[in-house]
Amino acid sequence: MLFTALQLAAFLVLPPLLLGVIGRVKSRVAGREGPPLLQPWRDLLRLAGKGAVYSRTTTWVFRAGPVVGLAAILAAGLLMPLGAPSATVAFAGDFALLASLLGLARFVTVVAALDTGSSFEGMGAAREVTFSALAEPALFLGLVSLARSTGGLDLTHLLGDGLAVAWRSDASSLLLVALSIFVVALAENARIPVDDPATHLELTMIHEVMVLDHSGPDLALIQYGAALKLYLFGALVVKLALGARLADPAAAFAAFLAGQLAFAAAIGLVEATMARLRLVRVPQLLIGASVLSGFALVLLLRT
Amino acid sequence: MPGRVLLVANGQAVDAAAVPRLPPEEFQQILSDAVTAGARVSAYYGQALPGQPEAVLVTAVLANDAEGRLGLLATVAGESLPSLAEECPSLQLFERELAEQFGVVPLGHPWLKPVRYEHPMGGKGAARGTAAARPTIPGDTPFFAVTGEEVHEVAVGPVHAGIIEPGHFRFQCHGEHVFHLEISLGYQHRAIERMLLGGPSRRTTVLVESIAGDTAVGHAVASARAVEGLAGVEAPPRAAALRAVALELERLANHVGDLGALAGDVGYLPAASFCGALRADYLNALAEICGNRFGRGLVVPGGVRFDLPAEAGVRLAVRLALTWEKVEEAAGLFFESASVRNRTDGTGLLGKEVAVQLGMVGPAARGSGLTVDVRRSHPFPPYTATRVPAVTASSGDVFARAWVRLEEARHSARLVGEWLRALPPGEVRSELPALAPHRLAVSLVEGWRGELCHAVTTGGDGRFDRYKVVDASFHDWMGLQQALRAEQISDFPLCNKSFNLSYCGHDL
Repeated sequence: MLFTALQLAAFLVLPPLLLGVIGRVKSRVAGREGPPLLQPWRDLLRLAGKGAVYSRTTTWVFRAGPVVGLAAILAAGLLMPLGAPSATVAFAGDFALLASLLGLARFVTVVAALDTGSSFEGMGAAREVTFSALAEPALFLGLVSLARSTGGLDLTHLLGDGLAVAWRSDASSLLLVALSIFVVALAENARIPVDDPATHLELTMIHEVMVLDHSGPDLALIQYGAALKLYLFGALVVKLALGARLADPAAAFAAFLAGQLAFAAAIGLVEATMARLRLVRVPQLLIGASVLSGFALVLLLRT
Repeated sequence: MPGRVLLVANGQAVDAAAVPRLPPEEFQQILSDAVTAGARVSAYYGQALPGQPEAVLVTAVLANDAEGRLGLLATVAGESLPSLAEECPSLQLFERELAEQFGVVPLGHPWLKPVRYEHPMGGKGAARGTAAARPTIPGDTPFFAVTGEEVHEVAVGPVHAGIIEPGHFRFQCHGEHVFHLEISLGYQHRAIERMLLGGPSRRTTVLVESIAGDTAVGHAVASARAVEGLAGVEAPPRAAALRAVALELERLANHVGDLGALAGDVGYLPAASFCGALRADYLNALAEICGNRFGRGLVVPGGVRFDLPAEAGVRLAVRLALTWEKVEEAAGLFFESASVRNRTDGTGLLGKEVAVQLGMVGPAARGSGLTVDVRRSHPFPPYTATRVPAVTASSGDVFARAWVRLEEARHSARLVGEWLRALPPGEVRSELPALAPHRLAVSLVEGWRGELCHAVTTGGDGRFDRYKVVDASFHDWMGLQQALRAEQISDFPLCNKSFNLSYCGHDL
């Protein structure tokens, strides 16, 4: 109970810090000091204190987007084990709901973007939908592989103690899945090499261009939701990579948080050392991720 | 064509009356033949004729790069001239400018639109009072449109997300594929040519340094050399060397900065950060010479304002040599990273043929295989003594334009070191007498972006009667539009940065 509460509290507080870590790692590699770790939180508070501007061409769809999007991601957070022995809510097949909730969050963002009628946002929405259609198979195939390997049908078991055993028997498959999910995490969270969260160039953006018209508290909700989503994908990667079984829940929780830190640092390193892919190459990367997940499943089904 | 074209050297002043005034047909025939034979149009501009409000003196400055000579010819036009834009595409923007400034309509021009929405300077245009009849709003014109069910139009600017200059870009797209890009400028028009009239005065240098803030030294040198030509003096050798040092430092700062900006655009942080920091080293070197990081206030007609003590020159040379080593490292990161090359190679293709037709200049032209470089073809001291090697690349893509920048910067770094170590002795400024009346001088300088042309005419009182400025960007913007055809719209910012053209240099 204590750890369930703890993991929820961490889920609500820590994600923006993850962004702070990424920023710091990027800056350090480039030889700069970088913004303070708390900067993303400060930005959120600053935005929350502002008023919002709504275009006269938009409807309730535009206003509902950020709220529904954040709610969906918060709900997804309940399904994911985030350091505690089990997820807050767990039932057989909940991983499908997790993927659907993330899909819902994306859907409302896309619809809100289309609602503005701006050619930029339409362009961003088209890109987002195209790329996520290619990223989802990778995620699903990866989760199914985990289900097959651990024998669990809910995320607590998929990413739970069964993994320690599975790493011993199906290490090659799990490695493929981990790689695939890391790529999906980069794509879903609009990181380099798929998207550049730091760019100001509208024509190259994917995720950012869809939220250009949101301002103030709405933008804060969107950015907060994006941070939470990063934390969720981080949890997926960390749990999968950690693998080992830790008897002491406090130690397990600490290991989870350390893993999230490492995940953020890894993203920071990727961003600091790589250029963005050409947009036409992104589908190739995502299909590659799907193929990796698919291979993992084939290997598991064979045995 | 002796007698019909006046041949002059770069910066040489001639009697304005010596420029042959040909009948329009002959003028256009020579112009068209010369361009077909490989001459470049450096300037093509109108001038009001005193006492003849309906007539416009049209002067063309043709650059013959092989012989290092400029050909001058003129004609008197009424309210129209047949357009040559179809056969000589490099003239199309000049003809539009002439129509806008003097109301000389190019008949049969394929796309006659305003250039920068300025008020007419004279001729029939002023007589008709077009300025009062129609409010001039930049961007308020029809755009080239593609129709079809799945075609969509993307409009970008003039207000942008980053801190860049205003310009309007209209893309005709099918999904991510760009059929056509049309660029509409004019938002930065400050009427510099008009403000320069009546000079030379203390304002002249300040004004030409403001034509394009990143080319302050280039334009100041071009202007100073034109004025010196009109006054019949030459800058002392020490001043000429210091000017060249400043010019090359400006080139270094911008080329290195551009490499960093290109890296930033593809999200490649290491090269972006290092090049950005190294650019500052070159700007600081400029500040050490004249007290301003952008070289403002250094170049004046007659010479330079500030001398550099010998030991300071050597010290600077030593430090800049260290800076260059770091640039090599940072550029190495950029050019050897597979993920960067994946973005730059084959992106934004501009073929040599198109580049020649459009009359491209500068690194953008050299990236497409042209050897055009004023420092080589129309040199002035100290470039007459120290030849600058030709740098070209043949692929015509973003990579080629980046690579040309690096190679040019390498030569500039070497030249700056040589000059700083061996500055000629003597004065740095000579007295500037009053300008001779009714003279014309055309001065070409290779700025970091390409050819800068200042064509200056004095009136009867020895004051500027017409001051024509052509920035490299004026020649090159069309090249960017062409390079974007059949590209991905998401690659536009990268292509744009690889040209890095000036908005205010175009808008004047």
